[in-house]
Amino acid sequence: MSETEDNLGADRGDAVLAIFQRGAEFTKQILEENTRLRRELSEVQLRHGQAAQSDTEWDKLRGELISKIEELENQNDAILEQLRSVEGENLQFAERYVEVEEENNNLANLYVASYQLHSTLDPSEVVKVILEIVINLIGAEIFGVYVIEEGTDELRPVASEGEPVSAFPMLQVGEGLVGRSVTEGEVELGDPGASGGPPSRGGEPVVSIPLRVDDRPVGAIVIYKLLQQKDGFSALDNELFTLLAGHAATAIFASRLYAQSERKLSTIQGFIDLLTK
Amino acid sequence: MAGQRILIVEDSPTMRQLLVFALKRMKGVDIVEAQDGMDGLRKVTSDHFDLAFVDINMPVMDGLKLISLIRGEQNLAQMPICVITTEGAKEDRERAISLGANEYLTKPIQANKVLAVAKALLKLEG
Repeated sequence: MSETEDNLGADRGDAVLAIFQRGAEFTKQILEENTRLRRELSEVQLRHGQAAQSDTEWDKLRGELISKIEELENQNDAILEQLRSVEGENLQFAERYVEVEEENNNLANLYVASYQLHSTLDPSEVVKVILEIVINLIGAEIFGVYVIEEGTDELRPVASEGEPVSAFPMLQVGEGLVGRSVTEGEVELGDPGASGGPPSRGGEPVVSIPLRVDDRPVGAIVIYKLLQQKDGFSALDNELFTLLAGHAATAIFASRLYAQSERKLSTIQGFIDLLTK
Repeated sequence: MAGQRILIVEDSPTMRQLLVFALKRMKGVDIVEAQDGMDGLRKVTSDHFDLAFVDINMPVMDGLKLISLIRGEQNLAQMPICVITTEGAKEDRERAISLGANEYLTKPIQANKVLAVAKALLKLEG
């Protein structure tokens, strides 16, 4: 064999070897790919197998979830019910608070009125206190304080506000709204439609509050006109009327008795001084 | 709230007592009373107050005169003043406000309203 033929043979051998090597590599790659795919397939088959097995587990889980949801819904309903109950209680507390505040307010007015009425034994000061209570706590613009003349059935005005005392007429016990209230010992309200103006211009009383001591009439407070901003009478006003009817009368009576006794005491003291000189 | 000083200028003892009764519900307040405008002026110019309740109709010096004098004092120009009056007309309210009053209460007075006004003017909560 010639050299050329030898070289040619060697070249042909290398080419075949290269082909075989490439083929081997390709085959190796194919085999590796095959192994990988087999592995993945087995994993998929495994998962498929597992999924197929958890249908009942899914049902069980679904049942558990539904139960849990029902339980949570029940708890939610219970909490909402509690919340509604608490809201209801809060509303009741708020309403009660408003009531208590109003009651406290009323008691403050009544306490002050009572305190002031019994804070003095000077008859003129007592009348002054009555005027202040009727102006400041009731809200009257024109009114008069009447007392029964001793031994008569006449009501004489002794103090007033908004009009001079002389503008208030003498009244008779038992006659008219005022006389009736004094006789019966009850607060009498006037006609709501009446003008309620000053007596000097023919105004009619808006309210008459009889003053009584031990069920004995001693006088009356007669309101002819309320302050502009006063719409009407409230529960507090009724309480003040009741307080005035008793306590104002007692205060007037007690202060007059005290004044009389003071005068008598001075007179007696004067006699004693004369006798002992 | 501690240390708040309130001046009440009112000639009626009944009203003064009611105002004190209402304001004493605020803890820690110190309340000083004056019997008329002149007495009120003496007190307000000689001592510090955080708030004043002033009646309009008073002897010696009425409330509107007192308010105008108070507002004339530089160090008292900002002191809150609540006017108390029997007059409910809008014009009267506007007149009091124009003279320098911050708030306005009409008689008959309610203790809870006095308290509400005091807290508002003293900028207190609750």
